[in-house]
Amino acid sequence: MTAFPFSAIVGQDEMKRAMVLTAIDPGIGGVLVFGDRGTGKSTAVRGLAALLPPIEAVAGCPVNSAAEADIPDWAKVEDRAVVEKPTPVIDLPLGATEDRVVGALDIEKALTQGQKAFEPGLLARANRGYLYIDEVNLLEDHLVDLLLDVAQSGQNVVEREGLSIRHAARFVLVGSGNPEEGELRPQLLDRFGLSVEVASPKDIDTRIEVVRRRDAYDRDPIAFTAAWHGEDLALRDRILAARAALPVVDASDAILRDCAELCVALGSDGLRGELTLLRAARAFAAFDGAPSVSREHIRLVAPSALRHRLRRDPLDEAGSATRVSRTVEEVLA
Amino acid sequence: MSQAEARWLNANLAVALFALDPAALGGIWLRARVGPARDRVMAGLELALAGQRAARLNINLADDALFGGVDLAATLAEGHLVRSRGLLADPTVMILPMAERASAGFAARLASALDGPVRHGLIALDEGAEPDERLPSSLVDRLAIHLDLSDIPLSEALDLSIDRDALRDARARLPHVEVPEAVIAELAQVAFRLGIDSLRAPMQALAVARASAALSGETEIEQSDLLTAIELVLAPRATQIPEAPEQEAQDDTPPEPQTPDPDNQPPPEETEQDETLDLPPVELLLEAARAMLPPDLLARLQAGKAARPSASASGSGAAKKGNHRGRPLPSRPGRIGGDARVDLVATLRAAAPWQPMRRAVAINKDKLLHIRMSDIRVRRFQETSDRAIIFVVDASGSSAMARLAEAKGAVELLLGEAYSRRDHVALVAFRGTGADILLPPTRSLVQTKRRLAGLPGGGGTPLASGLKSALELAGLAKGKGMTPSVALLTDGRANVDLSGAANRGQAAADASLMARAIRAQGVPGLVIDTGLRPTRGLDGLAGEMGVPYLPLPRADARSLSAAVDASLNPA
Repeated sequence: MTAFPFSAIVGQDEMKRAMVLTAIDPGIGGVLVFGDRGTGKSTAVRGLAALLPPIEAVAGCPVNSAAEADIPDWAKVEDRAVVEKPTPVIDLPLGATEDRVVGALDIEKALTQGQKAFEPGLLARANRGYLYIDEVNLLEDHLVDLLLDVAQSGQNVVEREGLSIRHAARFVLVGSGNPEEGELRPQLLDRFGLSVEVASPKDIDTRIEVVRRRDAYDRDPIAFTAAWHGEDLALRDRILAARAALPVVDASDAILRDCAELCVALGSDGLRGELTLLRAARAFAAFDGAPSVSREHIRLVAPSALRHRLRRDPLDEAGSATRVSRTVEEVLA
Repeated sequence: MSQAEARWLNANLAVALFALDPAALGGIWLRARVGPARDRVMAGLELALAGQRAARLNINLADDALFGGVDLAATLAEGHLVRSRGLLADPTVMILPMAERASAGFAARLASALDGPVRHGLIALDEGAEPDERLPSSLVDRLAIHLDLSDIPLSEALDLSIDRDALRDARARLPHVEVPEAVIAELAQVAFRLGIDSLRAPMQALAVARASAALSGETEIEQSDLLTAIELVLAPRATQIPEAPEQEAQDDTPPEPQTPDPDNQPPPEETEQDETLDLPPVELLLEAARAMLPPDLLARLQAGKAARPSASASGSGAAKKGNHRGRPLPSRPGRIGGDARVDLVATLRAAAPWQPMRRAVAINKDKLLHIRMSDIRVRRFQETSDRAIIFVVDASGSSAMARLAEAKGAVELLLGEAYSRRDHVALVAFRGTGADILLPPTRSLVQTKRRLAGLPGGGGTPLASGLKSALELAGLAKGKGMTPSVALLTDGRANVDLSGAANRGQAAADASLMARAIRAQGVPGLVIDTGLRPTRGLDGLAGEMGVPYLPLPRADARSLSAAVDASLNPA
């Protein structure tokens, strides 16, 4: 089944922008989308896959290595040609077992040939791509612990069943969830570069358009996707152009100072806030076609980059999003 | 036709519509206790769904049963890996009994199955007795039809009439049903005006309208289909009563289609004028919807039920995982030692596939079983965590000493029973300019008595400070894995604000701010009014905290303890 086209998603600009930014610079480190039911959270992630430019990878490599030299030694790869592969977008289902996530002993080989071979898991498949967790706040604790470590180190280490395996596992973590189901541990929150809050649109025309497009898609997915293909391609080209421009986008000292001042004013922990904010602003400037990062870029990405890094204040009913934008207005006034 | 009769006919229609296209409708949320009414609906569904794959689930099903996994017996027998197909590998109408007890995790798995590419439908049988005891909202949102049969009298619950030939014809007609352009806009507007946030609702309403048209032999959605969709999908979800349009005076004559409506943005797609002529404008639909709203909607809205997380209202604490006691969970790999309990059967199952291989490399070939450390599986259990009852006691003014004595007595009484109920008790007193935590959450009776011995009273009423301390304690208790609740004992109105200044207006504002913060944290509790006559404003404060209000003049320790116990333990 073809996914709902990314560019056909009505509204939800912040969510779409955050996802595009991680596609431009995977180093930003993932997106967390929290919000109401039925706002197109998972639809956007699935649509994103079609937007991502292909990667060059060894055809038979289980971890999508870029070159032959990177193939892990445990993998018996027959087809070593470097080909274009679509960027992997891997789903991590809630019910996934540890074996399936990190990989485990290949049962079939063990049974039939008595061989100790490694069967790669989801983390291997997600290398150089995206790992998507729907309802991320319901993920079992032991899986969260596992992900925290791998997302930090970029390496999956398997020590079990007599196996000792390691392989690269660098991926953009995308999580979505509904805050009513529970909070996310701060450690995991911190691993996401950007965090977005989505809400049902309050504007009747937008709502009508959402229903209309979804209905058109449900009735004839192929024709609908074809109709939006041009838009998706244009967006993909912009992403590619932004990637090329990224290294030359300039960030002046004044901009760095702005970032730092913003984070100090908000009292965000550590330096990760500044770094992510700067990276996201730079990616956004590249997407914009601007030669250098401007205050406007910072202003637009600051809520996504910072809102999940604030200390919780039970007295503040407005929520962290308003706090960030209020501070942005004060600091960048 | 009586109201019950009409509702029963509706249920009948809903069953037929669902059977037409289970995947597009998502499913039915059937709220009813076990009884003839539910049995007849289920019999009707069975008849209507004949020929489609149906599976009865239960809320404790493991993931490999749902989504497939390694079939151990077959794998061993055949010598190569055999995977079992999960229940949900093929399009299935899932029937989920006891749906109100489904955990959020299980609901999320079913929800993702409903969203996925395989076209499933779900019939959730919800036997919840309390309003808060109900199907998880992730599923509620995905099921188009909400049926509540709880008060259908037996005499009305006749056998459903299902015409299978008509269903077959309608199924064939369904793909050809035309949707007039304006219908989508109208359903979206009606949903919005009824205060329905989720955008799934108008889409489901559209699917129901389409099925309804097919069932009545039409090839285009008509007004009656829209009304059916509103009644079955939108009305049960309403969270507000749509305000009447302002030009009510000139009604009776149906307004012209596309009349500009002061409440709305101008309808889009003006070019579709000729198609919309025979369709009722949004106001007419809303008028009809108003009549279909559940009769208790107003009451529910006034009670302010909506914003409260449902789980917090139940008497037991939040769930946590451990490996000592409670409901068993799937075993996990682990190590022998410590206080872990080994799950022998799961361990053997884990070890079984490797036996041939291990035998081949083993030094001692005579050993029957080759178990390695990595095979060990450890039992896990889910238990409800301990509760922490936080007493917030007003120690201000002249009658403070009496109240404090009562509160102390109640605390000691509750602690006396704490051992069997595994409650922790904490005490916060507020007087003068601020609040003191007299007793952090504890189960120690001795410690409590010592701390409670000397406690001064008198001064102003810094209610907000008291609530703030309680909230901090609640957060602390949550962090330790306990489930906190707050019992506030006071007879006065706040007259000292958070900063300790005597300012009645600011004090009240601060108190209500803190009350809302407590509500936002989902901390349950109650407000006990110990004044000689009910104090004005305290019930409002209780409303803001989202907890019951209990006037209890001249309460003694025993009745206080009983009241706290009763309101925190509704079961």
